[in-house]
Amino acid sequence: MIALVGNPNCGKTVLFNALTRGQAQVGNYAGVTVERKVAELKLGSVKSTLVDLPGIYSLEARTPDELITWQVLFGERCDESTPDLILATVDVTQLERALGLVLELQFHGFPMILVLNMMDLAKKKHFAFDMSLLSEKLNIPVVGICATQKEGLDDLLKAVEDFLGSHPKQTPMAFQPSSVLVIRERFKKVDALLAQVVQKSMGSSDISDRIDAWILHPILGRFILFLIFTLVFQIIFNGAQFPMDGIELGVAFLGNWLHRILPEGALQSLLVDGVLVGVGSVLVFLPQILLLFLFILLLEDSGYMARAAFLMDGLMGRVGLNGKAFIPLLSSFGCAIPGIMATRTIENRHDRLNTILIAPLMACSARLPVYSLLIAAFFPNPVFWAGVRLRGVILMGLYLLGVAGALMMAWFFRKTLLPGGRPYLLMELPSYKLPHLKNIVLSLMDRLRLFLYQVGTVIVSVSIVFWFLVSYPKPPLGASDLAVTYSYAGKLGHWIEPLILPLGFDWKIAIALISGFVAREVIIGSLATLYAVEHIGTSEVSALSRILVDEWSFATGLSLLIWYVFSCQCFSTLAVTYKETQSWKWPALMLGYMTALAYGGSWMTYHFCKYLGL
Amino acid sequence: MGGKEIMPLSQMQVGQRATICRVGNLKSSEDWIKKLLAMGFLEGSSVELLYESARKKQDALMAVRVRGGLVALRRSEAQSIEVELL
Repeated sequence: MIALVGNPNCGKTVLFNALTRGQAQVGNYAGVTVERKVAELKLGSVKSTLVDLPGIYSLEARTPDELITWQVLFGERCDESTPDLILATVDVTQLERALGLVLELQFHGFPMILVLNMMDLAKKKHFAFDMSLLSEKLNIPVVGICATQKEGLDDLLKAVEDFLGSHPKQTPMAFQPSSVLVIRERFKKVDALLAQVVQKSMGSSDISDRIDAWILHPILGRFILFLIFTLVFQIIFNGAQFPMDGIELGVAFLGNWLHRILPEGALQSLLVDGVLVGVGSVLVFLPQILLLFLFILLLEDSGYMARAAFLMDGLMGRVGLNGKAFIPLLSSFGCAIPGIMATRTIENRHDRLNTILIAPLMACSARLPVYSLLIAAFFPNPVFWAGVRLRGVILMGLYLLGVAGALMMAWFFRKTLLPGGRPYLLMELPSYKLPHLKNIVLSLMDRLRLFLYQVGTVIVSVSIVFWFLVSYPKPPLGASDLAVTYSYAGKLGHWIEPLILPLGFDWKIAIALISGFVAREVIIGSLATLYAVEHIGTSEVSALSRILVDEWSFATGLSLLIWYVFSCQCFSTLAVTYKETQSWKWPALMLGYMTALAYGGSWMTYHFCKYLGL
Repeated sequence: MGGKEIMPLSQMQVGQRATICRVGNLKSSEDWIKKLLAMGFLEGSSVELLYESARKKQDALMAVRVRGGLVALRRSEAQSIEVELL
């Protein structure tokens, strides 16, 4: 096994993708959900696997993330032996710091090739050094590359092949923590080494600093942060319309076609009212979900995310959280699962648990379709101010409501269950990079695959089950009520209704909510099926919002929106919380407090709207 | 050393450059010192304070350039690093 090791943000993942042509398999280690990216690497005569490891600054692991790297390096991960070779990857513009880690690795006797990444930047900054002298002094092979441009990769592969061909397997010594003294000595060595090797040092100012003068400005920076998010929500809501119309048209066309070629009866009803309505109504929101992930990836890849954490640290601090927690919370806007896994960069256990608990309050992409549907149904879309439209503003408001709830709960947990002082913060702000197109496309493809898989499995099967429960048993002859009333689902709904009646929800919403527990977005398909079964011939998705306006009061619509802001309707989130915390206590608490918030919020919303006569 | 100004990193002004002369004080744990060292705060290295999230406030963040990296830390925590202004 060949391991990629280096500081965070040194371009390991880009290098990994370039070397493996995006053939990576993301798998989990047994026992914990620790993502590891592994791919086969073919090198002429030899074959090996390449592993991408979380970035580290030293071998002294403190966060769960760093611990993984440490365990893989020292062969303490299940059945794996220590790596045959380490590709110590270094951002060449940060040699001064990164060589400290390289020397620490070398001290432990790891077989190693030094990979100097971002050589193009070095050239731009007129940084010149003697690479062969560096290799000679360190006594390891050194290869200069530029992973984003795919320069030097052949040299690197050849160096790897030569190394594996000429060196017998080396086993590192057991880990030895370095004393403060040893670390200082190590960096003195780095300085001495660089003094010999560097011919022309770097110009100090760079474009990154000039950007930061704006972005990190105490007032302007926060204004820009706000502006970016306003823009993102506007684009998600108003920019995705065209592809969404296309998908909707396609689904409607397919529905009509199936209607025509299939004989009237149970099969036609199953396919058109069950599967197609269920799948189609969720599929429509794919463009919005992809756009959302695109923005999150752009913010991450460009280096802005760490700046957002910098700007938000003050606010986060007020509720007892670390600015660093902002990053997992922000990626929870995409999906709480990667968000919860991203809390592994947080060292303190209480801080980490607190962040995990509130992460699902950040509105995830599965809520987006529900928000979209309900907002489109119950709110008009006039230009609000300077081209900003009302629905986009409402959408952002719902996101902010989730954030406010999250901060409030974080404060509450801090004061009660998870006490602690203000966590310290020591965080690198990586230099800005143009997002790497290939990386973005690969990540989006992963998302797309996951989404389609979800639609193809979970949503299809829930749709079928749901259709069955809604359609059978058929009403008795001469029945006066709606057909659904007599079905299994109808009976179940009526049974639950008293519980949620105070929120303005009727038995139909009760059924939809239960189906939505499998995955949040499923509720749309369920609503569509429920009402399609009733309004025969209206299987078109856009018709759904019109039907909802007729069927529900504004108070009910808003109450359901608020329910969705706070409720924890996602099995996967609870499961990943269990895996990350290794205890049922935390997922149970998560489900409990979120349901209480949702119930309370919906109740107040409904009654307030009723009071206003809406 | 007479004439040269020695102060904690936390008291530097934006735009100032300095040389680090001591990392860690009596109150710092060994763990904290190790973390600072690994991020590039080493005696003899130069630092430049580039940005701060708020003036004066003790818990404001400062962003400093050190050993090629841009590192953020709180002013209260920057007290454990002593620098000599250039």
